[in-house]
Amino acid sequence: MTKQFVTTTVNGDTAEFICEPGESLLDALRGRLQLTGSKEGCGSGDCGACTILLDGEMVCSCLVFAAEAEGRVIETVEGMADGSVLHPVQRKFLEHAALQCGFCTPGFLVATKALLDHNPDPSEHEIRYWLAGNLCRCTGYDKIVRAVQDTAREMRNERKTA
Amino acid sequence: MNAPEAKSGFRHVGTRPVRPDGIDKVTGKAIYSPDFVAPGMLQGAILRSPHPHARIRSIDTSKAEALPGVKAIVTADDFPTLKSLMVTMGESAGNIIHVSRKCMAQGKVLYDGHAVAAVAATSAVIAAEALKLIEVDYEVLPHVIDIDEAMQPDAPLLHEDMVTEGVQPRPDKPSNIPTYVSKTKGDVAEALGRAAAVVEGRYSMPMVHQGYIEPHACVASWNADGQANIWCSTQGAFVVRMLTASVLGISQADIRVTPLEIGGGFGGKTTVYLEPVAMLLSRKSGRPVRLAMTREEVFRASGPAPGVQIDFKIGATADGYLLGADLSMKYNVGAFPGNGVQVGLITALYHYRFESFAMHGWNVVTNMPGIHAYRAPCAPQVNFAVESAIDELAYKLGIDPIELRLKNAVVPGDPGFTGGTLGEIGFVECLEAAKAHPHYSAPLGPNQGRGVAASYWINAGGPSVAAVSLAEDGSVLVTTGSPDIGGSRASMAIMAAETLCIPYEKVRVTIADTSAIGFSMVTGGSRTTYATGKAVIEAAETIISIMKARAAGMWGVDVADVAWGDGEAICLDPAKDNQRLPIGKIAARMNNTGGPISAEASVNPHDYLPAFGVHICDSEVDPETGQTTIVRYTAIQDVGRAIHADYCEGQIQGGAVQGIGWALNEAFIHDKAGRLDNPGFLDYRVPVCSDLPMIDTVMVEKPNPAHPFGVKGVGEVPIVPPLATVANAVSRAAGVRIRDLPLSPDRVYSAIKSKG
Repeated sequence: MTKQFVTTTVNGDTAEFICEPGESLLDALRGRLQLTGSKEGCGSGDCGACTILLDGEMVCSCLVFAAEAEGRVIETVEGMADGSVLHPVQRKFLEHAALQCGFCTPGFLVATKALLDHNPDPSEHEIRYWLAGNLCRCTGYDKIVRAVQDTAREMRNERKTA
Repeated sequence: MNAPEAKSGFRHVGTRPVRPDGIDKVTGKAIYSPDFVAPGMLQGAILRSPHPHARIRSIDTSKAEALPGVKAIVTADDFPTLKSLMVTMGESAGNIIHVSRKCMAQGKVLYDGHAVAAVAATSAVIAAEALKLIEVDYEVLPHVIDIDEAMQPDAPLLHEDMVTEGVQPRPDKPSNIPTYVSKTKGDVAEALGRAAAVVEGRYSMPMVHQGYIEPHACVASWNADGQANIWCSTQGAFVVRMLTASVLGISQADIRVTPLEIGGGFGGKTTVYLEPVAMLLSRKSGRPVRLAMTREEVFRASGPAPGVQIDFKIGATADGYLLGADLSMKYNVGAFPGNGVQVGLITALYHYRFESFAMHGWNVVTNMPGIHAYRAPCAPQVNFAVESAIDELAYKLGIDPIELRLKNAVVPGDPGFTGGTLGEIGFVECLEAAKAHPHYSAPLGPNQGRGVAASYWINAGGPSVAAVSLAEDGSVLVTTGSPDIGGSRASMAIMAAETLCIPYEKVRVTIADTSAIGFSMVTGGSRTTYATGKAVIEAAETIISIMKARAAGMWGVDVADVAWGDGEAICLDPAKDNQRLPIGKIAARMNNTGGPISAEASVNPHDYLPAFGVHICDSEVDPETGQTTIVRYTAIQDVGRAIHADYCEGQIQGGAVQGIGWALNEAFIHDKAGRLDNPGFLDYRVPVCSDLPMIDTVMVEKPNPAHPFGVKGVGEVPIVPPLATVANAVSRAAGVRIRDLPLSPDRVYSAIKSKG
């Protein structure tokens, strides 16, 4: 089959790649663009380690065809920090020790950013259901939920003082 | 975050600094094994058996070889014939022949997913296409999955030459039972005859999987001169080196193994499945080769934890003193003999003072993947039976379940699990902390029940090497061979900084490859902070001695007149006016005062202490669906002393949640044809965030006197109590005892209905 030429925007920059028609966006990000922050834990949309934002919507990039990225806007974990200044959720994950092995972490960070963009004051219940598509086998989720709560608190306070 | 903060007398131990590798892991920069790329690298793929048991008549690879882009194909014929040799992998042991056969089937396939051939090609698409062109002629054989069926005399035999070890006289016929073990104390029948209450039952659970989120992956590059590089995800680069060299029959020094960041292991990444195959593909093609498992391959073809069937009978006096225990354990170890029931034997009963016991155990091979270590390997299974029965006994006698455990708990000086006597263990302290915890006396709502269970894990010590050196500005480099699976760089930096009395940020930690530092055992057995920590502390102490000698030389005083404190040498000679030399000044002049300041420590400590944990769970059972909700969970553990308080708590929380998943949801399910029916995270259901409450932790600190900072192992014991803790809670909530895991809604619902 004919290979596809794709022009897209990744973390604010134009990106171009050639891909197989059946190739996943995750494989293209990791293999074609060397953005290996997004991880593959299952390849079937069950673990959330490949979570990215596609036109602002949270998706599992393993379930999106690379060719579908044409003309779209992609945000990955590599684009979360502002230069060397971490996004609050990245900083809070470190402060709360919300990662052990760190393999699921990129997916959790992107999913959390999506949650807080959408709902700045989520309850514990809302946090737990929003993140239910992201598997973590190390932490038991306790410190992840606390880190998300603390991030939301800080971002709300910053908005108030801004 | 309910742990004590920095203890008096320590500046770093017990605090919660950000881990040194943190930023790499929250920005996507950290390189895990599936991320690694070598120049010119080929993509490999493995053909796996669709049958659980079959003889391989022939394999025809000619069509695959002819496919453009295919550079190498490997089958069992490419593996050397090995002599029987037992090897240890840290928390497990096995025969090197079986390690090799887990990498590639030889003669027979023994489980659904067993590797039969491998391909390396210029792209993953071509490699996948080539697999379809390989023709394997199978003679399908009858298979066996069930423990009882596998033990029958007429069961399909997995290994025609396997005879039960541990039985006298030696059996003259092969069977599916590789191992029998037993241990007795006193007269159990007599003791149970005197009991005021007896509980008897059969307990069971299927195989479960570690479920690390990162699938196994590696890149191997084997040059024509015999030297090779392997980059992989492992809990122990040295075990990868030893196993790969042994399977391939080559020199260990020819293989340099670089451990990349590891995406979870839990014991499951202390062996090799892919590395020897990737090596052979690389030698044949002359290029680096990547092999990576899919999630389905991880479930079908790596090493799960054994399923069990356990018969247990236990009796006590009217006031709750344990008289006797009669225990029969059958461990389903999958396709190869493994370390199953041998560990069950030493982790079953030794936390209580039984007057008498009789333990019998069998390992049973079946057409499922061979087991491998999973966090406190083989202990949770038997603990589920023992702690469920203790709970029933307490209920029958009308004694509070923690009180009954306190009456029988072992204390320092009691006999040890493997000989000797118990040292400064903290079991009673954990039980007392559980009894006093507000959770234990909180009111319960409708359809709710509270469960408690207790357990221990032996922990481990063993060999580790660490190096500590000074940079010219007095900052400090620590190098170890212990992969960091959950924050151990931080604990090593804390221990080095504490020893040297310098800021935490002045210490940086590197995990070295196998050619850059001496041997260390795997990151496993809850041994790293204890044993590798000891090596780091010892090397740092040597650095202090060297720095004191350099300072003495610079001052012209005797070294006995130099002390170390607050990151500087202090001159005790009154004539020198109590001068001080900070670490930075000593380092700046080190190459003029005797040369680089660097030290390596090689340790092999065995003065570790076992860990004890007591968990409390409130569950709510929906009587109309059988669905269980975990409402509240508290895990209490003697940690010795927490070095990094957050990562200590994290181990306890993570272990507890893996145990909750094991209790409620997780199971390998095989269809009638012997194929794994749920090889994905949709159907093999690990706990998700919305399944759980916060996991409260209480860290009891009874320091290990043999470790400079009091460390005991932390990582494994928390997975042991949850199975019975949850089952006891569910049984109370449902009003009926359930002795089989998982406690899936259909099982709980049926139990509620059957009680009428």
